[in-house]
Amino acid sequence: MSDNQKVDKTRRNLVVATSVVGGAACVGAAVPFITSMWPSERAKAAGAPVEVDISAIAPGELKVFEWRGKPVWVIRRTPEMLESLKTVTGKLTDPASRDSLQPEYAANAYRSLKPDLMVMEGVCTHLGCSPQMKPADAKAEMGGDWAGGFYCACHGSKFDLAGRVFRGAPAPTNLTVPPYTFLSEGTLLIGEDKKGA
Amino acid sequence: MASRLMALWEWFDARMPSVAEEWRKHAAEYYAPKNFNFWYYFGVLSMLVLVIQIVSGIFLTMHYKPDAGLAFGSVEYIMRDVSGGWILRYIHSTGASAFFVVVYLHMFRALLYGSHREPRELIWIFGVLIYLALMAEAFLGYLLPWGQMSYWGAQVIVNLFGVIPFIGPDLALWIRGDYVVSDATLTRFFALHVIALPLVLLGLVVAHILALHDVGSNNPDGVEIKKNKDSHGKPVDGIPFHPYYTVKDTVGAVVFLAIFCVVMFFMPEMGGYFLEHNNFIPADPLQTPEHIAPLWYFTPYYSILRAVPPLFNSQFPGVLAMGIAVLILFLLPWLDRSPVKSIRYRGPYYRIALALFVVAFLILGYLGIESTTVWGQFAATEGSLMDRMLDTKDRATWVARVCTVLYFAFFILMPWYTARDRVKPVPDRVTM
Repeated sequence: MSDNQKVDKTRRNLVVATSVVGGAACVGAAVPFITSMWPSERAKAAGAPVEVDISAIAPGELKVFEWRGKPVWVIRRTPEMLESLKTVTGKLTDPASRDSLQPEYAANAYRSLKPDLMVMEGVCTHLGCSPQMKPADAKAEMGGDWAGGFYCACHGSKFDLAGRVFRGAPAPTNLTVPPYTFLSEGTLLIGEDKKGA
Repeated sequence: MASRLMALWEWFDARMPSVAEEWRKHAAEYYAPKNFNFWYYFGVLSMLVLVIQIVSGIFLTMHYKPDAGLAFGSVEYIMRDVSGGWILRYIHSTGASAFFVVVYLHMFRALLYGSHREPRELIWIFGVLIYLALMAEAFLGYLLPWGQMSYWGAQVIVNLFGVIPFIGPDLALWIRGDYVVSDATLTRFFALHVIALPLVLLGLVVAHILALHDVGSNNPDGVEIKKNKDSHGKPVDGIPFHPYYTVKDTVGAVVFLAIFCVVMFFMPEMGGYFLEHNNFIPADPLQTPEHIAPLWYFTPYYSILRAVPPLFNSQFPGVLAMGIAVLILFLLPWLDRSPVKSIRYRGPYYRIALALFVVAFLILGYLGIESTTVWGQFAATEGSLMDRMLDTKDRATWVARVCTVLYFAFFILMPWYTARDRVKPVPDRVTM
């Protein structure tokens, strides 16, 4: 179309309309590609609860179990460990776990169903690394007032023995407590609440 | 025989003259300034490394298995049982680090001689896009061996997207394709690493070079050779790219390949900097390694991430700072207000700023490899003013914060200090 010709408005409108429809078709065609990258039905179904034997965990010991591909810690806390939870509350970001994730029955001072048995996801709420347990005698490394807890090597977050995060750490909230229930004295079901509870 | 070949060529040329035309346009009659120096090797070397990576990558995919259950074993199989497999893998892993070495030097060249300045802004933008694609390519490829560092590196980086307000958690889930880094993540990273991003990279390299050849190359003096043409319309300070620079670049390539081979044969792990020790342990979703750090070429940005304290219980400011640290490069051509391009004619302000920037970048890079306690802690008694003022007493974190400020100051203050600098007069012709 040369410059001195008049613009054929009908043609121009048809070109615009075709382009718009074509563009919309491209967006529509992108949908199956984009949605194919969401978790598949199999991945969604893989979150079944797991049953674990906790009878062999000694006092003060931590055992790691796998649930939904994540580490879940079970710790049998000693009376001294439970005592330490009270001494650190002044240094915590969220001592009462108001902004943190846990089932209702774990929203208490011990963050657990049974005071001695702590069950939580061993996944730092910062960027998802798995912290390490540092007992109370790791004072040389963790500082003189260290009463036992967890340390995330990735970015330096510190947690107490109930997974509550210390102030000044990059992690925003306490470690998450998954739903769980005790099937018997020595058997724990991770991933499911007690029915009707 | 020779005349037969000549006849064959003429037959071909009559049917597809664009081959000879492009050759003339981009090589035999592409006039490049005659005063290129050492710094002008790194463009062609990064193309060489791209070819090395593509070729070695093709052969690695013949033996590698993108499956969370098989990936780690298949890499060990390549190392031990595939004939020449270890050499293929070390070519590819050394190539990844070599790529960043030459690209960083290539980018530094632009800062030295003003290669990003008008009329070469588009070349620079394509270049930064190449750098971004390269970072993505390196990150995706690092998951494939499915070692401990692969796994936890991917876990942390994908979670960085998760801290973006509102859309973050869904975005991270969509990138992973699962609730944790898993087989679904590995297979998609494989697809992106071997198909999608190499295609993007090649396209960007073509755009980078076409844009360069349209406006012509800059040079260490930062003068435009096209302003000075002879009676045939050729720049008087230009020489044809072929044969002059093809020969010069061949020498550079030989020296580069010699260094490359020394690294590849004698120090492929480079003391844990090119291949991290923890990555020789299979991925374990239940346990994070004691010390995790990204590969050396990401560590300056990783340091910036760690240096920024969380605000309002959110890590987003750190992630944002890290993102801006990379994206601010796009603005460089417009931040620089100096009337001259080359450092040879710039004044003290820019020289000092560039030196501080390089030092800050290197320190950030070093600190990103180390733990934040590497330089110990400030002594502050509990309850003292210092104790209450400092959110962290790690000396290294404070050094990283100073360097982060210097990094950003280089860019943000650039319009101010480049406009006020005492520049020297620029000659009309290039100097040798």
